[in-house]
Amino acid sequence: MFDLSGRTALVTGASGGLGSAIARALHQQGAIVTLSGTRREALEALATELKERVHIESCDLSDPEAVEKLVPAAEAAMGSLDILINNAGLTRDGLILRMKDADWDLVLAVNLTASFRLARAALKSMVKRRFGRIISITSVVGVTGNPGQANYAASKAGIIGLSKSLAREVAARNITVNCVAPGFIESPMTDVLTEAQKAAILSGVPIGRLGAASEIAAAVVYLASSEAAYVTGETLHVNGGMAMN
Amino acid sequence: MSDVAERVKKIVIEHLGVDADKVTDDANFIEDLGADSLDTVELVMAFEEEFGVEIPDDAAESIVTVGDAVRFLDKATAAS
Repeated sequence: MFDLSGRTALVTGASGGLGSAIARALHQQGAIVTLSGTRREALEALATELKERVHIESCDLSDPEAVEKLVPAAEAAMGSLDILINNAGLTRDGLILRMKDADWDLVLAVNLTASFRLARAALKSMVKRRFGRIISITSVVGVTGNPGQANYAASKAGIIGLSKSLAREVAARNITVNCVAPGFIESPMTDVLTEAQKAAILSGVPIGRLGAASEIAAAVVYLASSEAAYVTGETLHVNGGMAMN
Repeated sequence: MSDVAERVKKIVIEHLGVDADKVTDDANFIEDLGADSLDTVELVMAFEEEFGVEIPDDAAESIVTVGDAVRFLDKATAAS
């Protein structure tokens, strides 16, 4: 089950904790992967670890011109693009009374607008080839909201609406569009929390621990697989029970 | 048949997988040739690529038959 041999995948934000776990998992299932990110050394280290069936395309997702070039570059490197993983994301937290326009704009540009542009570019050839998987990493806070994260939560909720609309547009072409919504996952984003903050968060998580990046990657692998062909427009929550739909 | 008409019909036949004799001037992409809304967008993009022209959205909406496409592209390519 969940064999991805011969499939080609582009993972944005592959220099991060979640992105590298997703790239590893797709690769382990047999996929050819293109790693994209801003930190070249981290991408090269991961490519060295994966050894074969791996390409690197650096890209700053806040730069619209660079974003437009990313999918064609990945297609040129791998011969096609079957699976797009919109994973890259950043935060600029602050209560709304103090939130700067620049912090709003940057978070929306990287988390949401880049996902739209990459999906648009990827769908061009997916529609022709009658196959595709677009999987975007959203967040539990895109559904529940979170004080101090108006920009981030809006971008993540936006990704869910974007994905549902695309899912309806391209369903007839054998292309599925889904989201994975992590809860609190061990990562550089949660490492900065204090023990007291972590304890407060975990009091609301029935499973009682932070999630692992590999547990998000497993959900992505499932949605990318042939076995998930009948799942589209869906958001798969992986959050230890902290929010249930 | 003009060169433009031939190229248009070739694209339509290839893209929609229909028989050549069905691709007449007054054939409606959706009603007669079984296209869905995404097919019509793909056809417009294929025409743009083939003829090196840009087809604005309002013009694209008025292209509903094979003949509409030929007439638009005849004009657009003559102008350029």
